[in-house]
Amino acid sequence: MLKGDDMETAQATEPAVRLDRVEPAIADRSDPAAVAAVQVPPVFQVTGLSVTYGSHLALADVTMDIRSKAVTAFIGPSGCGKSTFIRCFNRLNDLIPSARVTGQVLYHEDDLYSPTVDPVEVRKLIGMVFQKPNPFPKSIYDNVAFGPRVLRRKDELDGRVEMALRRAALWDEVKDRLKTNALSLSGGQQQRLCIARCLAVEPDVILMDEPASALDPISTSAIEDLMHELKTDYTIVVVTHNMQQAARVAEMTAFFSVDVGEDGQRTGVLVEYDETQTIFTTPADPRTEGYVTGRFG
Amino acid sequence: MSTRDVELLRGDARPSLGSSGRRWGEDGIRALLLVCACVSVLTTLGIIIALVQPAIEFFREVNLIDFITGTRWAPLFKPSSFGVLPLISATLLLTFWAAVIFIPFGLGTAIFLSEYARPGVRRVLKPALEILAGIPTVVFGFFALVFFTPFLQDIGLGLETFNIVGAGVVIGVMLIPTVASISEDAMAAVPQDLRAGAYALGATRFHVATRVVVPSAFSGIIASYILAISRAIGETVIALIAAGTIARITFNPEEGAASMAAFIAATGVGDVPTGSIEYKTIFAVGLTLFVFTLVMNIFSTRLVRRYREVYE
Repeated sequence: MLKGDDMETAQATEPAVRLDRVEPAIADRSDPAAVAAVQVPPVFQVTGLSVTYGSHLALADVTMDIRSKAVTAFIGPSGCGKSTFIRCFNRLNDLIPSARVTGQVLYHEDDLYSPTVDPVEVRKLIGMVFQKPNPFPKSIYDNVAFGPRVLRRKDELDGRVEMALRRAALWDEVKDRLKTNALSLSGGQQQRLCIARCLAVEPDVILMDEPASALDPISTSAIEDLMHELKTDYTIVVVTHNMQQAARVAEMTAFFSVDVGEDGQRTGVLVEYDETQTIFTTPADPRTEGYVTGRFG
Repeated sequence: MSTRDVELLRGDARPSLGSSGRRWGEDGIRALLLVCACVSVLTTLGIIIALVQPAIEFFREVNLIDFITGTRWAPLFKPSSFGVLPLISATLLLTFWAAVIFIPFGLGTAIFLSEYARPGVRRVLKPALEILAGIPTVVFGFFALVFFTPFLQDIGLGLETFNIVGAGVVIGVMLIPTVASISEDAMAAVPQDLRAGAYALGATRFHVATRVVVPSAFSGIIASYILAISRAIGETVIALIAAGTIARITFNPEEGAASMAAFIAATGVGDVPTGSIEYKTIFAVGLTLFVFTLVMNIFSTRLVRRYREVYE
């Protein structure tokens, strides 16, 4: 756990560091699209974020912005806190009684962790797809309709379900058996169903926690195609073990690593965050280079 | 090549793979465990035989159809009458009133423990429930008779001293821990992923509980209900103490009526001569009760299988 004075120092110095890092990266690049993308206000601004489970500091002092209508990938070895981090964006860590989040996460300039914020409202705007496909033991239709039903958006329910399934590229495969149990679908179809279920809520951001790690290569490629399609309308944050996947789908990539403390405590830290191309070709930090070239992790 | 390899090649020191003698300890343990398994099976068989034999003798003297369809139960009166319907109706009414209590309260308790309670609250509430489950039924019976029924009378209900509703409600309260505990186990088996998936869609705690956890744990919840119903049907002491021993068909819950189990207990400890027709009624009613619980069990196995969700 960070002590109070450490926190203040971190918060006071970090924004300056962040500007130093981002601005030259853009100036170096003559690509006008990349410059334009950065000039759109970021969806999330994370400042000095730390997460502790009980007395274990799992993730320390992360500061980064998440770009709008783009794919941002988090890569890094197991235990580096990337899944913990992504769950800060929809306040899913609230479900773990021992988890404590400190620091600041601004979502379109609103503090996600302000006491007046209702996590249920947050999650309506910030959807999530999980590592293991987790369809409810209900029909395909009822899975997709779950969100609209609990949010009381029951008008045009059939249309909403169809639209979500179409956007998730699953409609043609399931349109004749919407009433069958979702658990009868293949793993890849189940994951696309989970994406459809998330889209039916009409979120602004989609968080994906290793969405393809439990899938075969063909299903993985279908999910990656989907991410390419969806990023025109949604901001996507994806955690992945698979560096090629990050290279294929993401505009921005953040590399996380593990610091092992003197007492053996493993704490995740953000090592480097930049354009995906930069991370994979000319990373600034030797740890990033070691990871992406396969020498470590 | 080591010496041992050479020996193996030459066949000098080939290790024996045959048995190195019978393992008597292993056989003994196997036999002991088989005996354990047989005790309950043999007891069940013994009970069936003990029930069926006198029951057959009973049905030599009393027409089976009269027994099943008769509406007057008066084995000790002259002229006697052996219609079992009054006992059945009282049994089912007690079960109904018990179910009115344990179905909502048992499930509500399970949902609270599984989805709402903070760890601290859970640590207090679960043992408290287990204490409730450990109270002897005779205590519940007297609680119904000397506390709950007078309480209902005080708030203006025109109850008889022995009545169905008081006994049934107390049976229901007694069964809340059973239902809550089994249902909660079923809910605990619902993968955390499903809850996280629902929360991530903007579902409230209530939605997660009612639309994801309860449907996913449905087979276990049904199993808890069926077990509770079986126990309510067979509940003896509370029915005897609080619902009385008058055999009659009544749908007025303010009146008392003897259930099958209560009749058996009352007659069994009474002074009917062994071998008489009155004595044999015990076994005929006992067999009826047995058939009821057997049907419930078969039905429940089907139902539980029907709604089972298999998680990896």
